[in-house]
Amino acid sequence: MRKLFRSSNIVVALGASVLLTACAASGTVSGSYGGSSDESAVKELVRNVGDRVFFSTDSAGLSSEARSTIMRQADWLKTNSKSLTIEGHADERGTREYNIALGARRANSVKDYMISLGIDGSRLETVSWGKERPVSLCAEDACWSKNRRSVSVIQ
Amino acid sequence: MIKIITRKMFVVLVVLMAQISISFAQDLLRIDITQGNVDPLPVAINPFQGQDDQPSMIGTDIANVVKSDLNRSGLFQSINPEGFIEKDLRVNARPRFGDWRIINTQALVIGKVANMEDGRISIEFRLWDVVAEQQMMGLQLISTPSNWRWIGHLVADAIYERLTGETGYFDSRIVYVDETGPKNRRVKRLAIMDQDGHNPRQITTGQSLALTPRFSPTAQEITYLSYANRQPRVFLLNIETGQQEIVGDFPGMTFAPRFSPDGQKIIMSLERSGNSNIYTLDLRTRVSRRLTNTLAIDTAPCYAPDGERIVFESDRAGRQQLYVMEADGKNVQRISYGEGRYATPVWSPRGDLIAFTKQLNGRFLIGVMKPDGSGERILTEGYHNEGPAWSPNGRVLTFFREQKGEKAGPGLWTVDVTGYNERPLKTPGFASDPAWSPLIR
Repeated sequence: MRKLFRSSNIVVALGASVLLTACAASGTVSGSYGGSSDESAVKELVRNVGDRVFFSTDSAGLSSEARSTIMRQADWLKTNSKSLTIEGHADERGTREYNIALGARRANSVKDYMISLGIDGSRLETVSWGKERPVSLCAEDACWSKNRRSVSVIQ
Repeated sequence: MIKIITRKMFVVLVVLMAQISISFAQDLLRIDITQGNVDPLPVAINPFQGQDDQPSMIGTDIANVVKSDLNRSGLFQSINPEGFIEKDLRVNARPRFGDWRIINTQALVIGKVANMEDGRISIEFRLWDVVAEQQMMGLQLISTPSNWRWIGHLVADAIYERLTGETGYFDSRIVYVDETGPKNRRVKRLAIMDQDGHNPRQITTGQSLALTPRFSPTAQEITYLSYANRQPRVFLLNIETGQQEIVGDFPGMTFAPRFSPDGQKIIMSLERSGNSNIYTLDLRTRVSRRLTNTLAIDTAPCYAPDGERIVFESDRAGRQQLYVMEADGKNVQRISYGEGRYATPVWSPRGDLIAFTKQLNGRFLIGVMKPDGSGERILTEGYHNEGPAWSPNGRVLTFFREQKGEKAGPGLWTVDVTGYNERPLKTPGFASDPAWSPLIR
């Protein structure tokens, strides 16, 4: 996960919450919706816990890497009283409506696993962005695989 | 919300009597449009003349709209007026047919524009069969000068109908998603334009992401997916007033909406706990009804034109495939069995075909099949083609195509149902998710 944050197209996610809030206000950058108020919590979730989980093509299944990220998110949620919105995303190689449904399926897959780890479902919301908010823009699987993701955002 | 001014002006239609007595001995011109016309019919359209048979700017403009409509259909090829032998054409005079046969004309359109005392204009035109030497049609239209484009479309529709025996579609509009900004921060607004790409105007502000707009049967309203308040929900937008509302009070995400053919219901997907099922909402009673109940993704529902059946896509068998069910959700039948995945089914307004997006070997195709799943034909193929929508007469499909690359964006295209005559449809910027209006007659 940490390796990913060094790539240039995640620069925004690395930035301070001032940046995040600014982007959220203009409604422009994925992974930053939800308008957080707590700068250090955002930093902690994004940098140390890991706010995103990746999926294989047309799948909402959780890999072992995905499960360990979600476990860290669950452990982190047990140390505070935050609520999360889990955004589900799809890559561009699908049709619009299906990808919206697939994004929802992915977000719920993360939510369900977190509930199974003891997190109260009322602290978790889901939203799907389908293929509308890619973070990596090349037309190769190297980019598409980064777009097939869920992003947990503090409400 | 951007307010839209719709045209309220009235067009008066009068049938002109044939100037010359007609002999019925010969068969008149007729285009068979079921064959994917490889040879378009040569038609001469003279710039409609003004008062005292003088050249008229508005008359030329109207004739150009007619020409462009007929040419775009792929069924006609207009002849350059510079090659005309007979020059002094009068709407009420019989043309010299020999002069037109020499330049291989088969149909001839002669028109005239006259200014009326009340400020309106009167347009008269006649359609001649050059080979049979007969008038096929004579019409007079009265409207305000600002409606010149509309008049042109009505003239083109009349000619198309007379020569093909099919309903025209030139007097119709297309709603689509106008896209601006880089791929990871795309702003998506609803926009509406004439079917030939003229008069485009945005109808939502771009503040929230807008997707998959679909016309109501009266073309007065649009149902679409809006991310207002970052919650994807189906909305209803009145084009004239700009008013909008959320459709229904559902406990989860609603998406993929369409009107029922009677305009009384919206059919859409509702997502709960990661499963998407198909629901209807009655717009009068506000009663919702669940039509599918699976742990799969059931989406992109579309009614048959008679309202008795519904086609939709589902991955209940593992991958996206097309299914048809009765309007009450009973008797679900899978209809797609080919290789690959099938999505975004749309029932033709004629009822005879279902168009779809197909994904095969990493390519995105547009195709059609009969409602029982037989007779599959691919109309276009490439890196990414998606989201077909039918012209109101069921003869042309519009869809969006995206090229590979970071800076690439989608654009609209049209293709004849025969697979011929594929053309780009010009929009001011990137465009996707087109839907064609019904005829507004």
